Amino acid sequence: MRVALLGGIYSNHIALARTLANAKARQVDDVYCLGDLGAFGPHPDLVFPLLRDAGVRTLRGNYDDSLARGLDDCQCGYTDPRDNHFARLSYRYTFEKTSPGNKAWLGTRPGESRLEIGGKRVLLCHGSPRRMNEFLWESTTPDAFLEKLFREAEADVICATHTGIRWSRELPSGKLFVNVGVIGRPENDGTPDVGYAILEEDAAATSGLCARFERVSYDFRELAREMRRESLPAEFAETIETGWWTTCLEVLPSRERSRGKF
Amino acid sequence: MSAEPTPEVALESLDELWFQVAGTLCNLACSHCFISCSPRNTDFGFLGLETVRERLAEARAAGVKEYYFTGGEPFLNPEMPAILEETLRQGPATVLTNGTVLREALVDDLQSIAGASRYSFEIRVSIDGHSPAMNDAIRGQGAFEGAVRGLRLLGRAGFLPILTAVQTWDDAETPSVLRALEDLLRSAGCSRPRIKLMPTLRIGMEALRTRGYLPEERVTAAMMEGYDPGRLLCSRSRMVTDRGVAVCPILIETPGAHLGRTLDEADRPFAIGHDACWTCWAHGAICSNAGALRGGDR
Repeated sequence: MRVALLGGIYSNHIALARTLANAKARQVDDVYCLGDLGAFGPHPDLVFPLLRDAGVRTLRGNYDDSLARGLDDCQCGYTDPRDNHFARLSYRYTFEKTSPGNKAWLGTRPGESRLEIGGKRVLLCHGSPRRMNEFLWESTTPDAFLEKLFREAEADVICATHTGIRWSRELPSGKLFVNVGVIGRPENDGTPDVGYAILEEDAAATSGLCARFERVSYDFRELAREMRRESLPAEFAETIETGWWTTCLEVLPSRERSRGKF
Repeated sequence: MSAEPTPEVALESLDELWFQVAGTLCNLACSHCFISCSPRNTDFGFLGLETVRERLAEARAAGVKEYYFTGGEPFLNPEMPAILEETLRQGPATVLTNGTVLREALVDDLQSIAGASRYSFEIRVSIDGHSPAMNDAIRGQGAFEGAVRGLRLLGRAGFLPILTAVQTWDDAETPSVLRALEDLLRSAGCSRPRIKLMPTLRIGMEALRTRGYLPEERVTAAMMEGYDPGRLLCSRSRMVTDRGVAVCPILIETPGAHLGRTLDEADRPFAIGHDACWTCWAHGAICSNAGALRGGDR
C-alpha cells in the first residue's frame, strides 16, 4: 500500500492540482490532506472541488476549524505582533471568500485519521496527536517526547503538518514520525517548489515503512499574480516567488530560522 | 476576601523542565528581580552536573520536550558548558543569561556545543532598556555595556539571541521601545532581532520597587471557568533546584511550592493561590520561549 500525504494547502490551488497529478502518476492508493485548506493564497473556494473530485480524504486543521466555527482568529499560535498582523489579514480574506457550504464541510472533517499499512498503525493528524495547533519542528522535538506521543496515541507511525517545513525521523524503537510539510508555500529554502510525502512499505526500514518526500514545481508566478490581483500582502507573494519566508518567522526555533534568509 | 477554595492545577504533561542551575547567585542585583538574586544571595546553590544528569534521566522517561536553565546567572556555574552539552544530547535547551559574563572563550565553547546537537539551543539575554540609562537604572551600572558586549559575541558566533525585556514602561510606549530594542540588536550584529517581553512579577525585589500584589489579585475558581489550564506553566512544567523540585521558576522562594525530591514526586496538583499566579493567569506561560515572543521587521 502506498499513500500520498499532503499538508497545508493555504489556497494554493495551482500547487494542489500539480500535486494531485504527481501523486496519481506515482500510483498511490489514496491521497490524504492533513488540513489547513485556506490561508495565505487567493480564491480559497477553488481548492474544494479539486479535493472532492480526486477523492482526497481530508482532515480538519486549525485554520479549517476556525473557519467552520466562525472564530475570529486562525488559532495558528503566533505570539508576535507582526506575525499576528499578517495572520489577521489573511484570515479575514479567507473567511470572507470561503462559501458557507465549504465552511460547513470543513466542520465535518475529522481531526485525525487512522489506517494500517503493512501491519503498522498509522495516525494522521494536523499539529500533533494531542493538540491541533502544536508545532513539531525537527530541532525542538526530542526522541523521548516522540516516544511519549507514540505511547499515548497507540500508534507506530505518526504523520503531521502545521509547521510548514517537512522532516522525518525513525526512532531506535522503530517508530516513525513524519512531518509531511505543506504544499501551500515553499519551505524557507530559497526555492519556490513545494512538497508532500509518500508513505509506503519498506522491508529495509526498522519501522517497516518509509516516507519519501516528493518535490512539486508549479506555476508559482501565476499564483503570485493572482495574489497581487486580490490585494493580498506583497510579502506573501514575495515568499511564493523567492522561496524565503517573509512572515511568521517568530515561531521558528533558531535552527530552522538560521537556514532561512530573514 | 472570599473563603472559596483555591483552584488546583494538575500537571497535564511534563513538557518543560527548568533548572535553577545557578541557584540565587547572580553577578547583578536587579531592582525588579522576582527572586531577589544577588552576588551575596546563596539561599539556593548551584546544581551540579550529577544532579542535572539524574533529573535528565527522569525527564527522558517522562518524555520532556524542552529544557530551560536559569538562576541567578547560569554562566556563574562553572559546569554550565558540560550541563548544556549533556542536555542538548537529549533535547532543545534555552539559557536565560544577563549576557554580562559571556566571554569569547565561553561563546566559542557554546558554539561548538550548539553545532554538535541536532536540537535548537536558544540563548535569552536579559536587557531592560535600549540605553544605559534605562537599563542600568534597573540592572545596575555597567550592565548595559556588558550585555551588549555579550550580544555582539553571540551574534558573531552565529547565535540568534532572544533579547528578553521586562516591561517597566507604559503600554503606549511599547512600539517605540520595541523599535529601539530592534535597533540595538542590529547594531550589536544580531541581524534577525528576536525580542521577548515579560510582565513584571510583584514579588521579591519588585514588590519593593513598585508594589506587591493586592489582596484581591488572586486566582479564584470562577476565573478558571472556561479557562484553558494549558496556558499555565504549572500544567506542563517543573523546576529543579538544589533543594528539590518546585512547581515553577517563579515561586521557588514561596513556602509550599516545593513538591518533592524527584520529578515523579513533584507530579501532583498545585493550588494556584500565590500572588504571582495572578500574573501567570493573566498573561499565560510567561517564562516559556513560545509565550510573547516578538520580532521586528526584517
